Amino acid sequence: MQSFPVLTVTLLVPVIGAACIMLLSADNRKTIKYIAASSTFISLVLTLVVFFAFDRSQPGMQFVESIPWVKDLGVAYALGVDGISIPMLLLTNLIGFSAVYASWQVEERAKEFFALLLLLITGVMGTFVATDLFIFFLFYEVVVIPIYLLIIMFGSSKRVTREYAGMKLTIYLLIGSAFLLVGLISLFIKAQAILGFPTMDISTLAAVDFPVWFQVFVFALMALGFGTLLSMFPFHAWSPDGYAGAPTAVSMIHAGVLKKIGGYGLIRIGLYILPLGAKYIAPLIAVLAIANVVYAAFICVSQKDLKYIVGYSSVSHMGYVLIGIAALNLISLNGAVMMMYAHGVMAALFFAMIGNLYEKSHTREVTDFGGLAHQMPRLATGLMLAGLASLGLPGLVNFIGEFTIFVGAFREYQILTIVAVSGIVLTAVYILRTLGDVLFGPRKAQWDHLADLRGVEMVPLIVLGGAIVIGGILPFTLMELINSGMGQLLAHASLTQMGGGL
Amino acid sequence: MNQILQGAWIIPVLPLLAFVIIGMFLHRWPKWAATVSILAIGLAMLYSLLVALEVFSAQPGEVFVMAVPWLNMPGLQVNMGILIDPLSTVMLLVVTIVALLVQVYSLGYMEGDPGFASYFAYQSIFAGSMLGLVLSSNFGQVFVFWELVGLCSYLLIGFWFERESAKEAAKKAFITNRVGDFGFLLGILFLAVLFGNLDYATLEARLANYQNLAVLIPIAFLLFAGPIGKSAQFPLHVWLPDAMEGPTPVSALIHAATMVAAGVYLLARAFFIFSAVPQAMLFIAAVGGFTALFAASIALVQDDIKRILAYSTLSQLGYMVMALGIGAMTAGMFHLMTHAFFKSLLFLGAGSVIHALNGEQNIWKMGGLAPKMPVTTWTFVIGALALAGIPPLSGFWSKDEILLGAYASGNMLLYGLGSIVAFMTAFYMFRLIFVAFFGSSKHDRHAHESKPVMTVPLLVLAVLSFGAGFVGSPLMGNVFAHYITAPGVLHHQPNVSIMAISSLLAMAGIALAWIIYQKQAISHLSLRRRWAGVYQLLYHKYYIDELYARLAAVFVDGTARVLEWVDLRIVNGAVNGLAYLTAWTGRTLRYTEDGQVQTYALYLFAGVVVILISALLVVYTALA
Amino acid sequence: MIGLTHYMILSSLLFGIGVYGVLSKRNAVAILMSVELMLNAVNINFVAINRFINPDQVVGQLFAIVVIVVAAAEVSVGLALIISIYRHRKSVNLSDFNLLKW
Repeated sequence: MQSFPVLTVTLLVPVIGAACIMLLSADNRKTIKYIAASSTFISLVLTLVVFFAFDRSQPGMQFVESIPWVKDLGVAYALGVDGISIPMLLLTNLIGFSAVYASWQVEERAKEFFALLLLLITGVMGTFVATDLFIFFLFYEVVVIPIYLLIIMFGSSKRVTREYAGMKLTIYLLIGSAFLLVGLISLFIKAQAILGFPTMDISTLAAVDFPVWFQVFVFALMALGFGTLLSMFPFHAWSPDGYAGAPTAVSMIHAGVLKKIGGYGLIRIGLYILPLGAKYIAPLIAVLAIANVVYAAFICVSQKDLKYIVGYSSVSHMGYVLIGIAALNLISLNGAVMMMYAHGVMAALFFAMIGNLYEKSHTREVTDFGGLAHQMPRLATGLMLAGLASLGLPGLVNFIGEFTIFVGAFREYQILTIVAVSGIVLTAVYILRTLGDVLFGPRKAQWDHLADLRGVEMVPLIVLGGAIVIGGILPFTLMELINSGMGQLLAHASLTQMGGGL
Repeated sequence: MNQILQGAWIIPVLPLLAFVIIGMFLHRWPKWAATVSILAIGLAMLYSLLVALEVFSAQPGEVFVMAVPWLNMPGLQVNMGILIDPLSTVMLLVVTIVALLVQVYSLGYMEGDPGFASYFAYQSIFAGSMLGLVLSSNFGQVFVFWELVGLCSYLLIGFWFERESAKEAAKKAFITNRVGDFGFLLGILFLAVLFGNLDYATLEARLANYQNLAVLIPIAFLLFAGPIGKSAQFPLHVWLPDAMEGPTPVSALIHAATMVAAGVYLLARAFFIFSAVPQAMLFIAAVGGFTALFAASIALVQDDIKRILAYSTLSQLGYMVMALGIGAMTAGMFHLMTHAFFKSLLFLGAGSVIHALNGEQNIWKMGGLAPKMPVTTWTFVIGALALAGIPPLSGFWSKDEILLGAYASGNMLLYGLGSIVAFMTAFYMFRLIFVAFFGSSKHDRHAHESKPVMTVPLLVLAVLSFGAGFVGSPLMGNVFAHYITAPGVLHHQPNVSIMAISSLLAMAGIALAWIIYQKQAISHLSLRRRWAGVYQLLYHKYYIDELYARLAAVFVDGTARVLEWVDLRIVNGAVNGLAYLTAWTGRTLRYTEDGQVQTYALYLFAGVVVILISALLVVYTALA
Repeated sequence: MIGLTHYMILSSLLFGIGVYGVLSKRNAVAILMSVELMLNAVNINFVAINRFINPDQVVGQLFAIVVIVVAAAEVSVGLALIISIYRHRKSVNLSDFNLLKW
C-alpha cells in the first residue's frame, strides 16, 4: 500500500477519462458514457479500498504522498487522508458515480458534458485529499470553471435564466475564493516571518503560534470565504438559483459535495490552523447558522418549484453544519462532519429524482403534480427516502448528524440550539407537504405516460439510497472514523480544554 | 434463564427482517408477503411468551439489560440494546398478541387490495419498531423507534393515498407528532448534556443521589411533550381522530392498542424522572384528566363509528396519563393492557361492520345488524361492556384501580372527573351499540357475517377483554401490581364503595343510552334542538382543528411569505443591486472612452496638472 | 540681465502652445508639429537649467541631443502611421479615427 500512490490514482482516473473522452468523436455517445461511468467507478472502488484499508487505530494522515513542487514557496504536491477527509472523499465518489448515471439521457454535446463533469469531480476530490494549502486552493479553482460551463451550456431556465444562475454562482464562488486567497497569503507571509522558512503544509502551519488578533482577522476572512461556499446567511442567495439553473448532475455534485468544501475548509484550515480565531468568531457563526436553519426553512414552506425547495432546504441544513462547527467541541464537530456526509447523499438523491422527473414531465411545479406514486412507485420511493432523510428520520443517516450536532451544540448555545431544533418541525412541514402534493392524492391522467425508473436510472437510487440507509442503521462505521480524525485535530488545537470558555 | 433473555433481541428483529424480505423480494407476491409477515410476528409472539415465562417466574424487580454501542464518542453514548423487566414484558405480550391478531384479521379485511404486499410490509416494520421501542434500554434508542413508529403510522394512515383526506390526515399526524417530539428531543438533549449517558439504568442510579433536582423540572416537562404528541393528549390530540382515514385494522393496532400507548409506556418507563418532579406530575395528571373529559364529551355526539372509537381512545389514554400523573403507575399500565385488548376488539368489530356495509361508517345509516352479524355484534358488546367498566370484565378492574388511585391521592377534582368520564363512556358506547347494531335497519345492503379469518381474532380478543382484568383484580391477589411497580408508586387497599359507585355510574350511562336510543322515550332529536349550541360545539370538536388551521396559516405560511419576500427583494435584491451598480458604473464610465486620441491626451494633461498642483500644495503645507 | 526665469517663461510658453496644438488641432500632421514644440520646450529647459545650475557639466545638453534624436525617430514613425491611416481612410483628421469609441 505504501508504495502505491492510491490517492493520486484516484484523482487521475477521472482526468484520464476526461482526456479519453476529448479524443473521441462526439458521435460515440455510448462510449463516452461508458468511459465516464467506468472512470468514476474505478475512483469509487479505490475510495472504498481507502475506506476499508484505513487503519482506524492510528489517527492522523494516512496514504500520505508528498513531492516538493515550488521549493521557494514551500509548496509541495502533498496528499493524505484522515478520518475527516475519508467521508468527504467517499461522498464525492458516491455522488460522482451516481451523477454520471443521472445524466445518462444527455445526448446533445455529451462529449463536453462528461469531460467537464469528470474534471469537476477531480477538482472536488482534490480539495478533500490535499494537505497543502496551495494544492487545496488550486483544486478549488479547478472546480469553478467546469461548474460555470456546465450550467450555462446545459442548464435550464425557469425563474431565472441559466446564464444568470451560472454567472451568479460563479461570481459568488470567486468572491469567496478572493477572501480565501487574502487569508491564505497572509497566513503564508506571517508563518514565514515566524518560522523563518516558507511553507504551505497545513499541519506545519497548524503548529505555528499566530498572535490572537491575526488569527481573528484571518479566520474572519475564511469564515466569509468558506461561509459563502457553505451558503451561510446572508451569503446564500446563489444556492437556490444556482441549483435551479444547473443540470441534474451539477446540482447533485454542487449541493452534495461542493458546498461541503466550505465546511471541510472551515474545520481543516480554519479551526486547525487558527483555533483562537475560531473561538472568537464562533458565536457570530452560531447566530448566522440559526438564521440559516429557520429562515431558509420558512422560505421552503412557500416555494412551489421542487428544485427551489431542495435548494432552500439545503441552505437550512447547512445551518446545522455551521452551528456544529461553531460549538467547537468534539461532539458537535463530529456531528457537523456526519451531517455534511448525510446531507450530501440526501441532496444528491433528491436532485437525481427531481431531475429524472423533470426530464420526463418538463415541469417542476409542485402544483402540477399529484398522485405520482400511482405511475412511478420507484421514483416515489426515492423521493420519500430523500425526504424522510431530510426531515431527520432515525434509521436514516441525517438523523445521526443532527442528533450529534444538537447534543454537542446544546452544551455551548442552549437558546440557539433550541431554536435550531425547532427546525425539525418546520422541515417536516415543508417536506411532507411537498411529498404529499407530488406523490399522493388522486391519480392524474395527464401523467399516465410517465415511465417509472428503470435500468440505469435505478443506479442513483440504489447507490445513494443504500448510503442513506446503511449510514443510518450502522452509524458507527463512519462515526468511528470521523471521531478519530476529529479527536486528533482537536487535541492538536487543544480546543477540548478551551471549549466554551468565552 | 439468561439464554432466553439474551436472545430476546430477536423479537423486534424478526418483523424487521420480514419487512426487508417483503420489500426486496416479495412485493409482487402478496400471499407470500402476508405469510412471511404473520410468521414473523407469530414467532415473535411465541418468543415473547417464553420471555414472559422466565420473567414472571423470577422475582419482581429483576432487570435484564444487554446493549451494544451504536453511536459512541467521548461525552456521548447511545446504545442499541434490550431491557427486560416485567414492565417491558407486559408490553411485549400486548404488542405481539394484538399485532398477530390484527395481521390475521387483515388477511380478510384487506383481501384484494392492490397494496396488499406493502400493507404487510408496513405492518411488519411497525411491529418491529414498536417492539424495539418497548425493549429500548435508553432514551436515544427510544427516540429512534419512537420516530419510526411515527413513520409507520404516517405510511399506514396514508395507505389509501389516492384519497385527498388520507393524504392530509397522514401529514397532520406526522407534523403534530413532530411538535411533541421537538420537546421530547430537547428533554433528551438536556439529559445527554447533563449526564452524558442516556441509559435508563445509569440515569436512575445517578438521579438517586442527585442534588440539583431543580434542573429536572424543565427536563420532565420537555420529556412529557413526547407523550402528549404520541398519546394524543390535549392540545396535540387533533391528529388521532383524523388518523382513522387509515384501514381499520391499522386503527385497531396502531391508533388504539399499541403506538398511542407508547406515550404512557414512556411515562411509566421514565417514572423515576417524573416522580421526582411534583410540579410535572401535577401537570401530567391535569392534562390526562382534562383530555379524558374533553374527548369523552366530543364522543357523545359523533356520527362516525370510527371517530366515536377514536375519541374514546383519546379519553382512555387521558385516563392512563392521569393515572401516571397521580403516581398510580401500576394502574395506568394495567389500564393500558386491558384497553389494548378491548379497544382493538372494538375497532376490529367496527371494521367488520364497515366491511360488511361496503365502507359505510355513519352509525345512523346502520342499524339492525345484530341478527345478521351475531359474532361481530356480541363480541362488540363484550368490548363495550369492558370499556364501560362493568364488572367483572377487564376494564372494570383497571378503571377502578385508576379511580381508586385518584381518590386516595386526595385530589377529589380528578376523582370526580374520572367518575363523570366513566358515566359518559358507558353512555356513548351504548349509544353507538343501540343505534348501529339494534333497532331498525337503515340501509339497503345485504350485511352478512364476516369470514372466520376475521371473526376468530374477534373471539380471541373478546376472551382477553373479558378475562385479562383478573390478573390485576384484588380477587386474584393483584399479581399485576406485584410485578409492575417502581419506587414511588402508590398501592392502595381495594375500596368497595368506589367500585360500587363506578359500576353504578356505568350502568346509569347504559340505561340512559337505552332510554334515549333504544326505547326512544326521549327523542334525541329534540334534545339536540334544545341544546343546539352545546351540540354544535361538541360536534365540531370545540373548533380546535379550525383554530389550528388558522394559526398555522397565519404563523407558518404568513411568516413564510414574509421571509420569501425578504429573500427575494432584500437579500437577492441587494445582490442584484450590487450587480446592477457594477453594470451601471461601467455604462456610465464608458462615455469617457470616445475613441478620440485628443480626449485621452486632455485627460492626461489634466491629470498631470492635478498631480502637480497637489504635489505643490503638499510641499507648501509641509514647509509652512 | 537675462536669467533662468526668462528661459523658463519662454519654455513654458512654448510648451503651452504645444499642448494647445495637440489638444485642439484636428490635423494629425499639425499635432505632430505641436508635439515637436513641446519637445523643444523641454530641450530649452534642459540646456538652460544646465547652464545656470551646473555649468561645469554638459548633462543637460546631452539630454537635449538624445531628445532631438528620439523626436526625429518619433516623427518618422508618426508620419509613417499617418500615411498608413491616410491610405485607408483618405483623411488625416483625427476626429475620423474613432474606432475605439464605446
